Amino acid sequence: MTERTTERGRIQVTGFDPERVTERDPLSGWTEETGTETKSRWKRVFGRFVRNRTAMIGLVVVLFMSLLAILARPVEFFGFAVQPLSLAPYPPGDMLYADPTVDVSRNEAPSWAHPFGTDGSGRDIFSRVLYGGRYSISIGFVVVALAASFGMVYGSVSGYYGGWVDEIMMRVVDVVLAFPMLVLALVIVAMFGGGYWQLVAAFAVVGWASYARLIRGEVLTIKENEYVLAAKALGARDRSVILKHVTPNAVAPVIVLATLNIGTVVIGVAALGFLGLGMPPGSAEWGSMLEGGRDAIIPGPGGEIRWWITVFPGAAIFLFVMSMNMIGDGVNDALDAQETGAEMRGGQ
Amino acid sequence: MGLQRFILKRLLLIPPILFGVSIVTFALVHLTPGDPVSQMVAMNPNVDAAQEAELRARYGLDDPLVVQYVDWMAGVLQGDFGEVYGSSQDAAGVLVARLPETIALGLFGWVFALVIAIPTGIYAAVKKDQLGDTVSRFLALSGISIPNFWLGLMLILLFPLTLGGWPVLPPRESLASPAMLWYLVLPGITVGTASAAAIMRVMRTSMAEELNKEYVTAARAKGLPERTIILKHVLRNSLISVVTLAATLTAGIVAGSVVVEVVFSWPGLGREFVDAIHGREINLIMAITLFIGLFIVIMNLVADVLYAMLDPRIRYD
Repeated sequence: MTERTTERGRIQVTGFDPERVTERDPLSGWTEETGTETKSRWKRVFGRFVRNRTAMIGLVVVLFMSLLAILARPVEFFGFAVQPLSLAPYPPGDMLYADPTVDVSRNEAPSWAHPFGTDGSGRDIFSRVLYGGRYSISIGFVVVALAASFGMVYGSVSGYYGGWVDEIMMRVVDVVLAFPMLVLALVIVAMFGGGYWQLVAAFAVVGWASYARLIRGEVLTIKENEYVLAAKALGARDRSVILKHVTPNAVAPVIVLATLNIGTVVIGVAALGFLGLGMPPGSAEWGSMLEGGRDAIIPGPGGEIRWWITVFPGAAIFLFVMSMNMIGDGVNDALDAQETGAEMRGGQ
Repeated sequence: MGLQRFILKRLLLIPPILFGVSIVTFALVHLTPGDPVSQMVAMNPNVDAAQEAELRARYGLDDPLVVQYVDWMAGVLQGDFGEVYGSSQDAAGVLVARLPETIALGLFGWVFALVIAIPTGIYAAVKKDQLGDTVSRFLALSGISIPNFWLGLMLILLFPLTLGGWPVLPPRESLASPAMLWYLVLPGITVGTASAAAIMRVMRTSMAEELNKEYVTAARAKGLPERTIILKHVLRNSLISVVTLAATLTAGIVAGSVVVEVVFSWPGLGREFVDAIHGREINLIMAITLFIGLFIVIMNLVADVLYAMLDPRIRYD
């Protein structure tokens, strides 16, 4: 029933009972929590990633191997023990046959006391494999962090300004990408010497270019968006337009490249170690261990093959890189950036 | 822009890139402390300062860097890369002598990769989400993750030593002899595995995408046998995506051959490169690095042009 009023154009509804609406049975399964439209893009991506079983297995393995590497031997900063645990039974550099308290010889096959056997210098391979993760894994992450951040800034600037700036900056990228990563890193390390930071520098110097090219392509399309124009019209400076509006929207394919890239860098570092150009000879880095054990694939004096010397360090690299790639595939699927992912997986 | 203009534009871009490549090569080798003469002198204490200076002058190592670069480039353009200090050989001659071995290895790797990857990729796409697909995807993931030098060591460990009879270390024979083909098998597989895995993954993705397209439904509705649809129509379109990978994969095979040649003592350019690095033979290092850069720039061009020709939908810009 409507009531007549003198105010024209106003309809007064009577008989509306708000309590009935809030207390009735829900018409559908919708509640505040199940509504997906309000979820941000990154939350949805994260949800898809977490539900990907392969990626989760990869993540667990990577975390586990990293943890083992950290806990392998105590970590000290300026004489202060940050991490006192020691999972590895022996120091990775100790030549145990020289130690009278340990009953072990060189080239000993795997046993309960030495699960991965001992190498040609009587060192415990299990301890060395655990400890070796410290080099490969940390170099992988540090290199990718450095290369990706520099490459992103470089590529964003190049793509945003366009014109001859872009032309010149991209020719530099072309020059760096004209060499296979390993070859250039090999020459850099050979010329500047081996060592932890030299390896990081070599791979970062080589690695930034692919990020720059990737992000530049993204920026070229993003900068045409209205919100970029709006930001400029509101008087935003170039720096803040790039850093606040352009780069954040180009970041998805970079994450995919970065995850897949960590594995590539780890293999590259190990390859240099294998060629005798990475860490100092005899260090417990996985590739250097393989280099030291190369002669063990030929039968020893007794005709036996000392397979354990080469199998375990290589298997550690393989397991880590494979898990990293499983994570990378998961991230790629979650971001649904298939067309960018396919190109990056090629080659080493 | 037409195809011809696109190719022309790409060709014009090549000289500046090669100039940059030569600068990078030269700078890396020359901006570092310690030249080959100081190394020779360190090995031989009988050399006095005057002789050292004379050696430097002979190799042109006391000129300013720009002069050295121009001298070097002038030589390179005439095919003269300087001499190998250790053996007094011509660096270009060493490069040419070792090149066929590496080409043979790379070609074998490529053929192996294609022969393995394309049928597996087709199979995986057709059997998508079935057991065969899962298994081949797992193998492909392993293939891109396995370090090639370790794969090589494991092949040496498994085949020749335990099964017996499979020769590993190649003798010093000419490449043309049929016996060498036998020695090529294991290093070829090692160098091709990563590419095989990468191609297989791309084949599977692009093939599965193509299979969902309407022309496939149309072909099926017309009653074409599935075999014809896949081999005649879908495969052609999916192979385009493999072409886009070709340059990247060739770069991967070049880099891979450096390591794999060391594992198998294959007498190619890659092993020569590593030896040159250990012996600090800067002329040889520069020659090989420059050659690799040139090769990959050309491969990139070829891949781009092929891609543009194969897919008429692409806009050339």
